[in-house]
Amino acid sequence: MPLILTEEQVMLKDAVHGFLSENAPIKHLRQLRDSRDADGVSRDLWRAFGEMGFAGVIIGEEHGGSGLGAVEAGVIAESLGRTLTPSPFLGSSVLSATVLKEVGNTDQQFWLSKIAAGEAIVSLAVDEGPKHAPHKSTTRYERSGNGFKLDGAKAMVLDGHIADSLIVAAQGDDGLSLFLINPKTVGVKVERTVMVDAHNAARITLSNVEVDADALLGEVGGGQAALDKALSLGRAVTAASLNGAGDQAFHITVEYLKTRQQFGKLIGEFQALQHRAAHLYTELELTKAATLGALQAVDEGKGGADLSTSIAKAKAGRVAELAVQEGVQMHGGVGMTDEFDIGLFMKRVRVLNETLGDSHYHLNRLATARGY
Amino acid sequence: MSDLEAFRAEVRSWLEENCPPEVRGPIESENDMIWGGRKATFKTPAHKLWMERMGSRGWTAPEWPAEYGGGGLSRAEAKVLSSELRRIKAQPALNSFGIWMLGPALLAFGTEEQKKHFLPQIVRGEIRWCQGYSEPGSGSDLASLQTRAEDPSPDNGGDHWIVNGQKIWTSYADKADWIFCLVRTDPTNKHRGISFVLFDMETPGVSTRPITLISGKSPFCETFFDNVRVEKANLVGELNRGWDVAKYLLAHERTMIGAMGEGMGRPLGEVARDSIGTDEQGHLDDPMLRARIAEWELDGAAFRLAMDSAVDRMKAGQAHPALASVLKYYGSELNKRRFELLMSAGGYDALEWEGERSHDGDTARNWLRTKANSIEGGTTEVQLNIIAKHLLNLPGA
Repeated sequence: MPLILTEEQVMLKDAVHGFLSENAPIKHLRQLRDSRDADGVSRDLWRAFGEMGFAGVIIGEEHGGSGLGAVEAGVIAESLGRTLTPSPFLGSSVLSATVLKEVGNTDQQFWLSKIAAGEAIVSLAVDEGPKHAPHKSTTRYERSGNGFKLDGAKAMVLDGHIADSLIVAAQGDDGLSLFLINPKTVGVKVERTVMVDAHNAARITLSNVEVDADALLGEVGGGQAALDKALSLGRAVTAASLNGAGDQAFHITVEYLKTRQQFGKLIGEFQALQHRAAHLYTELELTKAATLGALQAVDEGKGGADLSTSIAKAKAGRVAELAVQEGVQMHGGVGMTDEFDIGLFMKRVRVLNETLGDSHYHLNRLATARGY
Repeated sequence: MSDLEAFRAEVRSWLEENCPPEVRGPIESENDMIWGGRKATFKTPAHKLWMERMGSRGWTAPEWPAEYGGGGLSRAEAKVLSSELRRIKAQPALNSFGIWMLGPALLAFGTEEQKKHFLPQIVRGEIRWCQGYSEPGSGSDLASLQTRAEDPSPDNGGDHWIVNGQKIWTSYADKADWIFCLVRTDPTNKHRGISFVLFDMETPGVSTRPITLISGKSPFCETFFDNVRVEKANLVGELNRGWDVAKYLLAHERTMIGAMGEGMGRPLGEVARDSIGTDEQGHLDDPMLRARIAEWELDGAAFRLAMDSAVDRMKAGQAHPALASVLKYYGSELNKRRFELLMSAGGYDALEWEGERSHDGDTARNWLRTKANSIEGGTTEVQLNIIAKHLLNLPGA
């Protein structure tokens, strides 16, 4: 498959970008942040995302979704990265939707239609410590009565404070299992974490949480494959968001170089800045190719797809980080002000970088996979 | 079975039959490289056979039109061919400036006669080409070149020019049969006074002198022209518009130099593991080197995809010509980094300059050779200038 978007994908890209530029530009993020909005996202916008077919991009048509693939999910995420829009898209439409598609039974897949319609937010609770480490989970489940009992604590649960349903990964004697839990269940405590980028996550503690047998997603101890699949797609899609944010930060910065004057010249005339901008452009070219390559590999179900997503996530993280750092520096003093948008990109990129594994995590994965 | 799968099956069985075992496996030294030409030397008779067989199918230039001796393959078919070649670790059947640089320029700018005459010879490896671009006073500022081509007949209506001047950094000029060369045909106009001509290196008045590099090798020459007769029929493109041809060709050269960063030789992690060893977890026994190798592999993987994407976009007519500078810049820096890591992984062993164990200092000499990657074909700084000017439209660039 050529490493370019198809005509349909370009149309989708234009549609999402048009929609977000009109309905949720950076001003939208500022309003949510400055009004200390209790949800941190707009439910109306989420419903509109459903109506446009974006919220259900990877969800099958039988559940009211668009039935598209990873590349299309990446196209949407990239646009969200450009406009910095807070959205349940990654948590619900990508991570949770993948788990529900993989191991949800008919009743549980009810949530797919709610996500596709933009009517529900379903959060995936995986991480626990300060870093992404899905293999280090200490949240436990055990059989109890007719169902299960869960104990543990989760962190960085995307949109967890406003989730209508939670998917919790837990370890037990039979191996890793996934549970679909109502956040109002006794013993579930949800604490919103207000983050540096004004996007949304929560800490969730589970103390003796009793759930019925029908809370189990798939088989007991059989959650690993579905979780891995969700994480893999989630990483590629997050890489796309990083691309969008990094590329937009770069774009804003290059425009600034063409307007700001010092020493009687446009600062973009200085070769010291030109070369750094040209380097960044080059890095962004590589990142875009790595991300599209990973998304295509996921769609094609290639053997090396999972490693491709690690490559995309690591590369996108490093390059977006460079883009925002150079962006603030090249803006000079105004780059430090809240009024200019470039700082918002720096904050967003930091969060996306940690999400689902930073570049160190994925570099280590690459080295291990290559046998050294 | 789809057409592509059928093609893959056909390629696979043809290669099974026609690719000799002697040309399979990693390139270990320069002797393995097949360059062709009138003065060609081959490591074994199988190497010659491999070139001839691939050449006769046009698969040394898979995507060139079949009417000029090329393979006539589509982009998708060419990808299949190269993946099948990689699968059996086949070494390139022909390394050729004719294929990498001159051919694309002839296809774009040559007359029908020129294409019919020169391209099939290039595909079959019969003529080895060198490139006469740089001059002692014209490096990064290439368009300032001074080698003159003058029409000896007073009315300017003769059939040939007389060329005088000097070129430098002419790769393998001492081994080449013909040269594609930039000459000044109008001294009053810098960019629009340059013409692109072809001539035989055996023409009286042509002489070469190899330059010894820090690697101890001499892949480059100084080339001198002393009243060399060049036929006007061998002008490519319009008179005084050779700069357009040169820029077009440089884009191909840049893509080629950029491509050197990918795929060549054994994976870095493997080389380092064999040299340094691993800990009980199977990780390289030098965690800092392990991290740096992983960073290189990350960038290498992303670069390969960027190359693929660039080619796909070129085919789709969506690529900016200056994209070649992006690839050249990154690829050459990547290759330099690769050899820094190879030297580090090799440690004392990589320091050897002579002796059989090290193939006469192969690693060290190649390491030094790579330092030219970011100088030749336009320096890194020139590429960054081009990106700033043509892709970012920055002021005054």
